[in-house]
Amino acid sequence: MRDFYPRRAANLASRILQGEAVIMNPADSTMFNLNETATAIWLAADGTSTLREIVEREVCAGCDVDAEAALCDAEEFARELEAHSILTLSALPAPEPLL
Amino acid sequence: MNITIIIGGLPVCITTGDVAFHHLLRRQYAGFLALPEGVQADPALTPVELEIELATPSRIADDEDLQVRFEAGAWTLQRGDFHARYYPALRRGTVRQSANRHSIDSVIRIIHSLELAGTGGFLLHAASAVRADKAFVFSGLSGAGKTTMARLAPADVDLLTDEVSYIRPLGEGFSAWGTPFAGELAQPGSNLVRPLGALYFLEQARENRITPMPLGEALRLLMRNVLFFADDSQLVARVFETAYRFISSAEVYRLAFMPDTRVWNLIR
Repeated sequence: MRDFYPRRAANLASRILQGEAVIMNPADSTMFNLNETATAIWLAADGTSTLREIVEREVCAGCDVDAEAALCDAEEFARELEAHSILTLSALPAPEPLL
Repeated sequence: MNITIIIGGLPVCITTGDVAFHHLLRRQYAGFLALPEGVQADPALTPVELEIELATPSRIADDEDLQVRFEAGAWTLQRGDFHARYYPALRRGTVRQSANRHSIDSVIRIIHSLELAGTGGFLLHAASAVRADKAFVFSGLSGAGKTTMARLAPADVDLLTDEVSYIRPLGEGFSAWGTPFAGELAQPGSNLVRPLGALYFLEQARENRITPMPLGEALRLLMRNVLFFADDSQLVARVFETAYRFISSAEVYRLAFMPDTRVWNLIR
């Protein structure tokens, strides 16, 4: 999964408040609050970068964090969002980045 | 026979051929047969017309869940005790129910929630009250203390509702309107409208304390307490955007309180 391409699902309602994303799936009205790190990963999930690249860029860059542990946490997070249909994971990059 | 019930500035004209049901409606909505004093009719709020067809209770199943769905230009509102069709473009609809006040009250709430979703407002599980010309809204699910806050209100407070608050945009902010939608207090609110002072999310505690809320948490709680019944993802997304605008413009707090009149000393 680490070399899969995460992409935010279409048709979600979301807002960033004080650096943290609030996401709602209007299809079933489920809501999610993300912390700042998760929000950074979520915003970077445009379908053109792998999860590994996103974690290196958004979480590890300039920080003294264990890259492997960060990637494990991000993988768990991505699986959870995928299970709730607010993130898709693809083996191939998207033809165009999500805006 | 017609009766026009005006809640949140939106007139809903109900036609029924049953004299007793007409009288029941007049009693139930007695405080909401006109706009609040000093409020002019909003030309953007075209009246809604509903025609009631009364059915015998035996023809109405009472064990169905509520369904609200949009098909072919009409909303279908269906629950065990009523079946209604509402054509928003025509501003008219029909309701089939037995001669009871609960069914029509539910239909009216649902139609208001649909109309509000399209105009930047919402109904909220919340008590609300006016003090010093500002509206204060106290939100929470059942048992959070909405009716308790209403019961504890001092004499200088006018109650707008102890159960369902009516929120509409007003300039850059929002206003709260009184509603006849009562909870455990079993009494309608005052037919008033005032600009919003603050929104409080209720939490019972052993002390009275107000604390600011992180906006993300406030938005999530607000969405949880908004009354919206329709199975329509586009309208749900619009309600989310309205809730975001509300949270961004309003003062929002957590109100931990004990059932004591002193909690109102904090509400100014």
